[in-house]
Amino acid sequence: MKVTVLVFAMARQLVGRDRLELDLGDGATVGDLRAALGASHAALAPLLRGSLFAVDQAYADERTPLVPGQEVAMIPPVSGG
Amino acid sequence: MIELTHDPIDPAAVLGGVESPEAGAVLLFLGTTRETTDGRRTSSLDYECYPEMARSELAELEAEARARWPLVHCAIVHRLGHLEIGEASVAIAVSSAHRVAAFEAGQWLIDTLKDRVPIWKRENWSDGGADWVHPGFTRKAEGGPRVDRPPTGP
Repeated sequence: MKVTVLVFAMARQLVGRDRLELDLGDGATVGDLRAALGASHAALAPLLRGSLFAVDQAYADERTPLVPGQEVAMIPPVSGG
Repeated sequence: MIELTHDPIDPAAVLGGVESPEAGAVLLFLGTTRETTDGRRTSSLDYECYPEMARSELAELEAEARARWPLVHCAIVHRLGHLEIGEASVAIAVSSAHRVAAFEAGQWLIDTLKDRVPIWKRENWSDGGADWVHPGFTRKAEGGPRVDRPPTGP
């Protein structure tokens, strides 16, 4: 299953792109995605630990299942205001 | 009313948007860009967001505030893009029949915005370099992020 992950701020700067493509097994969860991102992009690992993920523009937890066609985003700690 | 804008925030317009004959209290909070962070001087800041989600989270904040306090009007405006020092990066205005609801809702809205809405700022330092701000992380002497403190909570 191909998953596209939107990345922002320092994460975008670290990988030099605003989206990453990953290939995950069917039935993969947000937790699986977090592990795969850390493995494929080691530079992201420290920031990943404190980041959340959003699926279809809503915060998701580690057990949230991913299905093709969803919009997935890595949300590093926010600093608006 | 929520808005994400690249244009300067007009505080009078935000305030005017929440005034009402039903309101006995009108409160305006402005967050402004500060020159000094941890003793280091900032020359300017840049803000970016995840637009679709930032909009939906801001709308959710307004809905939650309206559910918790009897607000007449509520406005949240966040600036994006390049800001000089002293400019307003965020404006929150609420009106209510009595002052306690306005103070409490205003405080809750800015605290929750800073905790939840996917918006990020980058500090452009006066002595060179720039860093995205991710609470819990800090800048190493020669670039690159490191964990400043372990993540808290389960």
